[in-house]
Amino acid sequence: MTAVAVSEAAYVSRPLRGRLRVSTAWLGAAPFLLYTGLFLFLPTVLVAVGAFSGPHGPTLANLARLSQPYVVSAFLNSLVLSAVSASVGAVVGSVLAYAVATGSPDGILRRLVTAFCGVLSQFGGVTLAFAFIATIGTEGFIVIWLQQHGIRFYPNGVWLFSLTGLTLIYTYFEIPLMVIVFMPALDGIRPQWREATETLGGGTWHYWRHVAGPLLMPAFLGAWLLLFANAFSAYATAAALLDIGGVIVPLQISRALSSEVGLDQANFAAALALGMVVIVAIITVLYARLQRRSARWLPR
Amino acid sequence: MSALDTRPTGASNGGSRSAAEVRLEDLRRIYGSTTALDGLTLTIEAGELIALLGPSGCGKTTALRLIAGLEDADGGRVVVGSRDVTNLPASRRDAGMVFQAYSLFPHMTAQENVAFGLRMRKVGLGERRQRAGEMLELVGLSTQADRYAHQLSGGQQQRVALARALAIRPSILLLDEPLSALDARVRSQLRDEIRRVQREVGITTLFVTHDQEEALAIADRVGVMRAGRLEQLGPPTDIYARPATPFVAEFVGLTNRLSGTVKDGSVDVRGIRLPLIAADTPDGPAVALVRPEAVSLAVATEGSNGPLSGTVIAVSFLGAVTRLTVDLGDTTVLVQIPTAEAAAHPGGTRVRVALRQDPVLITREDGLGRP
Repeated sequence: MTAVAVSEAAYVSRPLRGRLRVSTAWLGAAPFLLYTGLFLFLPTVLVAVGAFSGPHGPTLANLARLSQPYVVSAFLNSLVLSAVSASVGAVVGSVLAYAVATGSPDGILRRLVTAFCGVLSQFGGVTLAFAFIATIGTEGFIVIWLQQHGIRFYPNGVWLFSLTGLTLIYTYFEIPLMVIVFMPALDGIRPQWREATETLGGGTWHYWRHVAGPLLMPAFLGAWLLLFANAFSAYATAAALLDIGGVIVPLQISRALSSEVGLDQANFAAALALGMVVIVAIITVLYARLQRRSARWLPR
Repeated sequence: MSALDTRPTGASNGGSRSAAEVRLEDLRRIYGSTTALDGLTLTIEAGELIALLGPSGCGKTTALRLIAGLEDADGGRVVVGSRDVTNLPASRRDAGMVFQAYSLFPHMTAQENVAFGLRMRKVGLGERRQRAGEMLELVGLSTQADRYAHQLSGGQQQRVALARALAIRPSILLLDEPLSALDARVRSQLRDEIRRVQREVGITTLFVTHDQEEALAIADRVGVMRAGRLEQLGPPTDIYARPATPFVAEFVGLTNRLSGTVKDGSVDVRGIRLPLIAADTPDGPAVALVRPEAVSLAVATEGSNGPLSGTVIAVSFLGAVTRLTVDLGDTTVLVQIPTAEAAAHPGGTRVRVALRQDPVLITREDGLGRP
C-alpha cells in the first residue's frame, strides 16, 4: 500500500508500526462480507467446481449431459413456470399494492393487507401444497362440495398435479410477495405529479404512460426479477405436489442427488445447479441493462 | 422593461395568451362537517397578482385548488375571462400551477419537464423544444436544460416548475406556497424572480402563502383569509396600515394591544389621544391595536413616573431595526426603532414611551376573546 493511498483513510486508521497505517473502515462491512462469502460465494464456487469434476478428475461430461432432452425440457419448464408465475404475480400484486397504497397510510385495510401478505408470501413448501390438495385436490372439499351440487371442478381432467397446478400455487405466494416489495415504490409516487400532469393538460392515460409508468418501471422490473428467482429456486412445494420427479430443475437436482445409479450423479447435480446460476445471472444482467436504460434519471 | 415598472404588459415574452380576468363567485367547499371555503367572492384583474394570505386551514389553498380544478366546488362559480370553468376538469382549465415542492417529474430533464404540457397539447417537437428553451431562458436556467431534478437546487427546481407552468401559455398562474420549502435567502431571491417573470409575461396570478412578508412584498393586492372567508382585500400598504379587522391587524405584522377609551372619534391610550381608522366607532372602553414602529422611546428623566414610563426588559437586534420590549408595570409594549437609536436603551434602562399619531384600529375584545 502506498503512502498516498493510505493517507485518505487516515481518519479511520490507527498507527501501526511507525508510519504504516491500516484502514479499519472495512470492519463495518465484515459481517455482510462473511455472510455472503459463506452462503453465496462459497456454495457457488463449490457448485462450479463440482460441475467440472468427475470420479476421475476434471471433466466436461456433466455439462454435456445438460443438453439431453429431458434436462432441456426441465430447464424450459422451470423457465416458463417461473416467468408465468412471476408475471402474473407481478401484475396482480402491483394492482393490489396500488389499491392499498392509494388508501389511508395508517388505515386498517393497509395494515391488514400488509400483515396478511407478509405471512402468505412466506407460506410455501409442503404446507402450501397440502392446502391446495385439501381444497382443490381430487378429494378436496371444494371439489367434493361442487360435485354435490352437480358441478365438475375438473371437466377436462385434473390439472392441479401438473405444471399448470404448480403455476397456480406459485402465484399464490408470488402475489403477496409482490405487494410487499412493490409498496414502497408506490409510496414514493407523489400526488403532485398527478396533479401537475392534470394541470398541464394530461389525463389518466397520459399520467400512467408518461409519468407513473416510467417512474415505477425500474422497481417493477426489480420486483419481477425477485419473483422469478423466488419461483425458479422453489423446491419443496413442487416436490410435495408432483408425483413424477424431474419436471423442473430443482426436482432434477433432487433426483440426481438421491439417485443410487452412477458415481458422478452429485457432479451432475452440481452441473444442473450451475445452469440455474447462469440463467439467473443472465437475467440479472439483462435486468441491470434494462434498468440503466429505463432509469437514467436515478441518482447514481 | 424595467423591473420597477409595475404595469402588466400582456404577452410580451410568449408566456401568456392574453391576460384574463378571473372571478370567484360565492365559492364554497365543505369537507364533512368542516367548511373550508365559505362563500369566497374575489375578482383578480387581468395581469394582476393577488396574494391570498392566512393561517393554516383558512381555505386559501382550497380556493387555489378549486380554481385549478383539482377539487370540485360545493357551490359557486369560477369564471376565467368570459368562460365558466367551474365544471371543467383540471386538464381543460388552462391554469398553470406551481406546487409547494417536489413537483418536477424526476425522470425528465428540466427541458422535458417544461415541454411536458406542450406535449400534452400535441405541439410538434421542434416548437416544443424552442418554447421550452425560451421559458428556461425567461427563468435564467437555459444552461441547466439537460439536468434532472435531483441535479438542481430547490430554488432552481421551483424556477423550472414556474417555466413549466408558463410554457402552456395559461390564462391564470396559480402558485401554491412555492417558496415555503426554500431557505430564507433563496426565498427572497426567488420571490423577486417570480414577480419579475409575472410582470414580464403579464399573467393573471394567484399566489397563496402563509408568510405575511412574502404576501406584502410580491402582491398588487393582498387578500387576508380566515375560516374560509376573506377578511380584507386591498393593496399591501392598506392591509398593513389600515387593517379592517383586529384579525388582520394581528395576523399581518406585530401589534400592541393597549387599553383605552373611545370618545368623540378618537381613543385615549394612557393619556395620549390617537385618531381612529373607523371614526364612527361608538364611545366606550376599547383596546387599541398599535404597531411597534408607531411607538418611540426617550430616556426617562430622574424619578419620572406615570403610565408611559417603563423599563426595557428585552432587546432583539434585527439588523437595520431593533425590537425592544418595555415593561409599563401593568402591561408590556413592543417598540421597533432604528438600531442606531436603540443603542441608547440597553436592557434595564428606564424609558419614556411615546405613541405616534397614526390612525389605529380598536377592538372590544381583551385579547382573550372576551368582549
